[in-house]
Amino acid sequence: MAWLELSGVDVALGKREVLRGVSAEIGAGEMVVVVGPNGAGKSTLVRALAGLVAPRAGTIRVLGHDPARGARRTIARELAYLPQAYSLAFPFAVAEVVLLGRYARQSGLGTASAADLEAARAAMTACDVLHLEARPFDELSGGEARRVLLAQALCQGAKCVLLDEPTAGLDPAHARRVFQVVRAHCDGGATAVVVTHDLDLALRWGGTMWLVADGRLAARGTPADVLGSAATRAAFGVAVHVGALPSGEKFAVPL
Amino acid sequence: MTRGFVTGGRGTRRAVVLLGCLALAAGLALLALVLGVSLDGHLELLGSDALAPDTMAHTLLWIRVPEVLGALLVGGALAGAGCALQALLRNPLAEPFTLGISSGSSLAAVIAIRLGLEGALGGIGVGGAALVGAVVTLVVVSQLGRVGRTLPPATLILAGVTISGFCSAASVLIQSTSGLAETSRMLRWMLGGLDSMRLVTVGYAAIPIGAGLLVLGAYARELDALAAGTEAAASVGVSVGRTQIVVFGVASLLVGAAIALAGPIGFIGLIVPHAVRALIGPAHRALIPASVLAGGALLVACDTLARLVVSPVLLSTGAVTAVLGAPFFVVILMKQKRRAAMWS
Repeated sequence: MAWLELSGVDVALGKREVLRGVSAEIGAGEMVVVVGPNGAGKSTLVRALAGLVAPRAGTIRVLGHDPARGARRTIARELAYLPQAYSLAFPFAVAEVVLLGRYARQSGLGTASAADLEAARAAMTACDVLHLEARPFDELSGGEARRVLLAQALCQGAKCVLLDEPTAGLDPAHARRVFQVVRAHCDGGATAVVVTHDLDLALRWGGTMWLVADGRLAARGTPADVLGSAATRAAFGVAVHVGALPSGEKFAVPL
Repeated sequence: MTRGFVTGGRGTRRAVVLLGCLALAAGLALLALVLGVSLDGHLELLGSDALAPDTMAHTLLWIRVPEVLGALLVGGALAGAGCALQALLRNPLAEPFTLGISSGSSLAAVIAIRLGLEGALGGIGVGGAALVGAVVTLVVVSQLGRVGRTLPPATLILAGVTISGFCSAASVLIQSTSGLAETSRMLRWMLGGLDSMRLVTVGYAAIPIGAGLLVLGAYARELDALAAGTEAAASVGVSVGRTQIVVFGVASLLVGAAIALAGPIGFIGLIVPHAVRALIGPAHRALIPASVLAGGALLVACDTLARLVVSPVLLSTGAVTAVLGAPFFVVILMKQKRRAAMWS
């Protein structure tokens, strides 16, 4: 059974049509990387999957639920979402921000249980932010903040994780680590959709690649095939060379 | 601040501050009960004969009991509502005044005085009108500020400012066409104060205020999540629309009840959440109860100051809180400006 399902999805923001006729399925354990030029509709695609914007036509299903209409708590148990931009009105500490991810699994007054703390600790360790736990979130660097929010999304305990540019502003080592962590999450049975401009990391760690161009799903396949395709060249206006190092590791370079 | 939250061994700071606020509220309330000024202008405490019936001191004590209890209730309600509104609107300057609730409530009270309804409903005519005014203003402001099923902070504040300006102007118009006696009663009411409070009134007000504060406390996690904005809150599982409606409604009821009891008393809902947040951080599970206690304590202190400073003349409590509050507002504004400058 497909965990995430889009069929004939059109999304409009105001009067502007942003996505047209998107149909796709994602199964258990799949890691989909979404690439495409700025303004192509990648973020709108994941926001529609997260239920934050309702499609004008077509249907979206997340483990059988309609994410735009279902109860938010039910959706959040199945689906975590890391937005591109995140700002806090008040100076919460890092650990508090991460624990917000546990909201859907808490009841009553929401005192963090041992399970909540354990999930937060594991996610923070994986994202290398455990040492930041007492720091005010709004004093972190951009890259640290991204890693904290990734930890929040992971500790939500959802089967599907939607990440909108999780490596924006990250140094190379931490960016690679993010893809490693997401890959491990998928190998453990979860499903991830990762929007990224990091073509090299997408090539190496992604399972399936989607190319979004001008509101359409322009290409789908293995990352090497999609990156080397004419569709990618047309979308970005530059060709992408996919090669291999003597060690066998693949790399991608825009030419 | 929250060291060891996840790694174990949580800080005890919150518990200490919470207990401190409780002790402060209780201590100030007791002091306010027994502290007075003698006829020759000296501060003095009521002696042990305050406990003996048929003494002057005993009578004084029983005059002050409803005043002090009322101050605790009103201060707590305003501070709790301030916490909730600031979180809901993601705006540290949000307050019953910014949203027009106070002005709308005052207008209703002024109309009630003009129509001579003070004695209606067993003497709670003006207070009742103030409560109705708060709720009506809430409905109007939220309908004006609503976009779809959500209440975006910007449109809501804009609606609040507009309605507030209209209500203030209408109040002035009504005042200027009223007789001298009515005008002075209106002015007296609009200055805000807790004197001549009756125990039974305080008792009636305690029920909705207590219930409202409990509801706000139950929404602490949702308010935390909303600090990151409505989309981020929705994606961790908060039903944003319901939270906005319930919290905004309850906060307005709290403000309405507070104004009905004591007239429009400003700045408590602004100062207290800020100060408490600086001490224990923004998590609402601790912020709300601590602010309620601190708000009660601060209003008891302001009310006692109003009674003592130029005794035997009674200053208006609302004037005392405004004199303390306005500079505080400026300090927050300057901080916000620095922060905004940093980002530009």
